[in-house]
Amino acid sequence: MDTGTAMLLMLVLMLAIYLGFVLISKVPSTLHTPLMSELNAISGITLLGAIETTGGSGNSSITYILGVIAIACAAFNVVGGYLVTDRMFKMFTKKGAK
Amino acid sequence: MIRELIINLSFLFAVFSFITGVKMMSKPDTAEKGNLLSGLGMLVATIATLCQKNIIGGFSGIALGLVLGGVAGVIAARYVKMTSMPEMVALLHGFGGSASLLVGTISFFLMPHSDALTTITIFLAIAVGGITFAGSIIAWAKLRDFSISKPTMLPAHHFFSLIVMLSLIASGVLLCFPQYQVNSTVYMMIALSLLMGLMAVLPIGGADMPVVISLLNAYSGVAVCATGFVIHNYLLIVAGALLGANGTILTRVMCKAMNRSLPNIIFGGFGTKVAAKGGKTGGKVASITVEDAYAILEAANSVVFVPGYGMAVSQAQHAVKELGALLEDKGCDVKYAIHAVAGRMPGHMNVLLAEAGVSYDVLLETDDINPLLEATDVCVVIGANDTVNTSARDDESSSIYGMPIINCDKAKTVIVLKRSMGSGFAGIENPLFFAENTRMLFGDAKATVQALVGEFKE
Repeated sequence: MDTGTAMLLMLVLMLAIYLGFVLISKVPSTLHTPLMSELNAISGITLLGAIETTGGSGNSSITYILGVIAIACAAFNVVGGYLVTDRMFKMFTKKGAK
Repeated sequence: MIRELIINLSFLFAVFSFITGVKMMSKPDTAEKGNLLSGLGMLVATIATLCQKNIIGGFSGIALGLVLGGVAGVIAARYVKMTSMPEMVALLHGFGGSASLLVGTISFFLMPHSDALTTITIFLAIAVGGITFAGSIIAWAKLRDFSISKPTMLPAHHFFSLIVMLSLIASGVLLCFPQYQVNSTVYMMIALSLLMGLMAVLPIGGADMPVVISLLNAYSGVAVCATGFVIHNYLLIVAGALLGANGTILTRVMCKAMNRSLPNIIFGGFGTKVAAKGGKTGGKVASITVEDAYAILEAANSVVFVPGYGMAVSQAQHAVKELGALLEDKGCDVKYAIHAVAGRMPGHMNVLLAEAGVSYDVLLETDDINPLLEATDVCVVIGANDTVNTSARDDESSSIYGMPIINCDKAKTVIVLKRSMGSGFAGIENPLFFAENTRMLFGDAKATVQALVGEFKE
């Protein structure tokens, strides 16, 4: 990795951490469980990395199999995380809003 | 060229959707749409990745992985009970950690002789991914099976933990030298990281799980970030940073709610001491029957329910909601007091009550409910103990002194629903149970509340 790329990625990291703190501290404690599961779903973004390495060049059969497992794990996170969060949000209702 | 542009714009959209999704969660009304937007961003990013030029094959394997993980995800999300949400979240952390671990490992196999910067990020992805994976599996097991939820310490536990941690760091340093950039170094690293995760969570007890889960959330964020640096993808870095920030904030909230420092919880063993220093107890316990409790509630103009882990264990949330609705029907003001560490994960009680159909605007935090309690007629404690232990407020010698509690004793009458006189997780006697205005109603929470509902319907 050249220094330019590294610095640019560090900049992204820094801004994202800052933004994350600002936004997440505004989430009410009532929603902490779905907040956690939605962010878990977002963490399934590793899926992109898993797809890139599995579909890329130079794979041996071992890296290929490991890649498929990684895709399955990440896909579980994405699908399971978003769906269960959606299920929870549907339960949060205000009086008379039904 | 145009394909590249579209792919990159898709990634940009995904970043936008993740951030906006989190932003929309600041209000319960917009949260659901935010989640959908976030999911849409994920879908777009996944499709864009599949369209990239450097994806040259292996589509059958990719499809297999997606289907396997996707179907398992659908099943888990559909059928998991709301009382089991902590386990589900622990499992999600575990899978996230293992994905980072695997991608890091594969990246090393594909390019073993990288520069130092890439090697360090590979090390981080593997090490933190492994710790998160092993730690989450232990947390999951502890949440599932009550018998192993107790703090477990090996002989000289902290000493061995330190050795394992130093060895793990050493393996990372080794990986930066070309002559050690071999597979065996990585195998050792994986083994050490798994051991580290195992040893980190074993000494932590069941009731400290909210902290562990929050902390693992932050760890999996670091793992995702590291993976992002390995494959030079800013999308992963943004997602990881959001996760890391979330885990850090929640960990801080949990620690504050228990008035304990993070090291105190991580090094664990809390509750293993035989005689935890407790509050002075004395006086008589006033035990009442369901009929007596009905008479008290019948006459009340304002009632505050204080749920704890006991409500989750006996699945009493629906019965509680029914009782609350009956009380409201006869003009009583009903509110719910939720302590931040009630249950096994942040927000656990809120989700359960929301599932039962309780409106979220009557769920109040400790700081908001306490000023109202003095004017409250009846406070009903359901399966909560340490979060209402008055020795945390009054008794400086108590080992939980200083922990913010819900001041139930300020209400005119307190009804405590409890299985038996056993002490709570912290092993400390609770003076609230002996207070003059407290009435104990023994039995299973669900059965008791249902009996009360029956009384009201008659």
